Amino acid sequence: MAEQSNILRRLWRRWDTRLCLAVIVAYCCAALYGEAMYHSARLADRTAAYNQVREGCRYVPPAFARAGGWRARPEGCPLYLFGSDNLGRDVGLRLVQGARIAFHVGIMTSLIAIPLGVLLGCLGGYFGGRTDSLVVWLCATVASMPGLLFILAIAMVVGQGLLGVYLGIGLTTWVGVCRNVRAEVLKHRGRAYVQAARVLGYGHGRILFRHILPNVGHIVLIAFSVRFPASVATEVFISFLGIGVQGEPSWGVMINNARLRLWQGVWWEMTFVTAAIFALVLAFNHLADVLRDLLDPALRTEAE
Amino acid sequence: MLPTTFGVVALTFLLFHVVGGSPAEVVLGKNATAEALAAFDARYGYDRPLLAGRWSAVRALGETPAARLEEGGAPGLRRVPLAYALPPGVYRVNAGLAVAVLRAVADGAEREVRAEGRAPVSVEVPEGWRAARLEVGGALPDVLRLGRRNAGLWDTQFFHYCRALACGDLGVSSELHQPVARVLAEGVGPSLALTVPILLGGTLVGVMLGLVCAAWRGCVADRLILAGSTVLMSVNYVIWVLAGQYLLAFRLRLFPIWGFESAAFLTLPVLIGIVSGLGRDVRFYRAAILDEIYRPYVRTARAKGLSGARVMVRHVLRNSLIQVVTYVSLSVPFLFTGSLMLESFFGIPGLGSVSLNAVHSSDMAVVRAVVVLGALLYQSVNLLTDLCYAWLDPRVRLG
Repeated sequence: MAEQSNILRRLWRRWDTRLCLAVIVAYCCAALYGEAMYHSARLADRTAAYNQVREGCRYVPPAFARAGGWRARPEGCPLYLFGSDNLGRDVGLRLVQGARIAFHVGIMTSLIAIPLGVLLGCLGGYFGGRTDSLVVWLCATVASMPGLLFILAIAMVVGQGLLGVYLGIGLTTWVGVCRNVRAEVLKHRGRAYVQAARVLGYGHGRILFRHILPNVGHIVLIAFSVRFPASVATEVFISFLGIGVQGEPSWGVMINNARLRLWQGVWWEMTFVTAAIFALVLAFNHLADVLRDLLDPALRTEAE
Repeated sequence: MLPTTFGVVALTFLLFHVVGGSPAEVVLGKNATAEALAAFDARYGYDRPLLAGRWSAVRALGETPAARLEEGGAPGLRRVPLAYALPPGVYRVNAGLAVAVLRAVADGAEREVRAEGRAPVSVEVPEGWRAARLEVGGALPDVLRLGRRNAGLWDTQFFHYCRALACGDLGVSSELHQPVARVLAEGVGPSLALTVPILLGGTLVGVMLGLVCAAWRGCVADRLILAGSTVLMSVNYVIWVLAGQYLLAFRLRLFPIWGFESAAFLTLPVLIGIVSGLGRDVRFYRAAILDEIYRPYVRTARAKGLSGARVMVRHVLRNSLIQVVTYVSLSVPFLFTGSLMLESFFGIPGLGSVSLNAVHSSDMAVVRAVVVLGALLYQSVNLLTDLCYAWLDPRVRLG
């Protein structure tokens, strides 16, 4: 625990990573606000504010870019800080919902991929022999599947919606985590502290999960910081293609919606969604880089 | 290689045959009749058991509690509610007595067959006949089940799937009504026309930028390129395609927007493909070259008086080529499966747009074929790369 707070302090000391952390925290707040909005609308059984259709308020430009100043908007329309879309829905509120879905996807896929990868990697690296062969075989099999198409196939088979996205991304991306963890556990297996634990008569489970696992914990942290933005980007892609999230304003759905209006000069929805995705993914990518350099210089050359 | 090939076959089977539920229901929709579903199943072999077994379920009868059956024609008999007339085959019903009324397909003549004994009893429907009605009696179970006998214990979906793959038979597309092999063969050419230039251009530009970064590591150029690559990596792929199409093709009219007629139509997609992959590539090549740059032989070469450029290109680059080749070889299989987004957005009739359409129309056969072929190709390329190592580098021994 002391090590973790130390890392956080080191990240906070640099201006660039401090900015990244601030951006991520801001998105977290937006996502939580979106979650609250979603659930309050669901519990009260009314249309949520972000799905509110207003016929008279279609294509209202964002407040700061209106021709007649921010007050110049059709009768009875809300402020629309980020403009409104083709049905008069508030783009800003929909962006917040998109952040909520992005966090869902990033966290859920990590919750599938990382435990799976860590468990298999630990077992394979620690026990070796047949177990290891099985783990390596599983990794090689899943790794040889053509990435995006395999995710799409899983999403198609499981059915459209968030569950398909979670499973599709989660079940294909554990391989990288598993390989890294396995290689690290393999290094630790022969170390003196493990042998000492074995001489003391500790069981395999205790050695593996109480002694070795804390020493490879940094891989889990790196894996999360790498997987999160990748999952968000993949979700945008899948939802954009109409196979992922349905009926909810995911960023991918919003891009697909905005794409058709872009040709008519409705630039704001596209611009804001792009910026929202870009800022979140960039913050995570940069943080992942710095974390990797801080925690594990040996992993730096990995393509993942 | 063989175990992973089996793994790929097993995994795709698990995904498309077991998890996916009934392909007939996916293709024909929820409102299809049981008869249409059964005909689809029989046509594509989905009516057999999954892994092994003598008997398979019949769609004509769901799980029916025997107590709810109507009284039949004769006393003591109860009528089984069949959704359609049973086609020829041997059927088993878990009752003590079964009476089937057969009707000839040709002239409509009717006859009756009886089977009596210990449950379950079997009734045979010969060729040219159909079982129009089925009545059961005797010792009735709680839940009535109807099964159809297979040709053999191994007459199963998995066995047929493996055999079809081994024979190169990829099935028939349920959407295009064409053999999948032909659909794929038509798509490979356009895909390669798109992806090969992307791979070549991307590698060339990536390695050059990587060399620049490594040669001036820590300087402004290196930092700029590195920061730029992080930025490039963070732009969503979807945005690259949409922005490229909108700004460069639509607004500035530099390139044609959509189509596949001449090289000019490919320029923009190739450009987008190169730029979108550049961030990741440059970082990898930079790291690969930096791995070599601190080796003693580099210092020796410099000490010998060779120029910096010569050492970088002739010594360092050459030795880091192994990592570069490995990295590039990993993307070779995806040359064939093409690019989902680029192809469908620029109207290139390659495998990427074919498979995306197949996903949209739930055309299992095509999606399955592209996934399996992509995976097998990946493994073959891996094997070839390993063989190449042993040939390039005598220290590597195949063991």
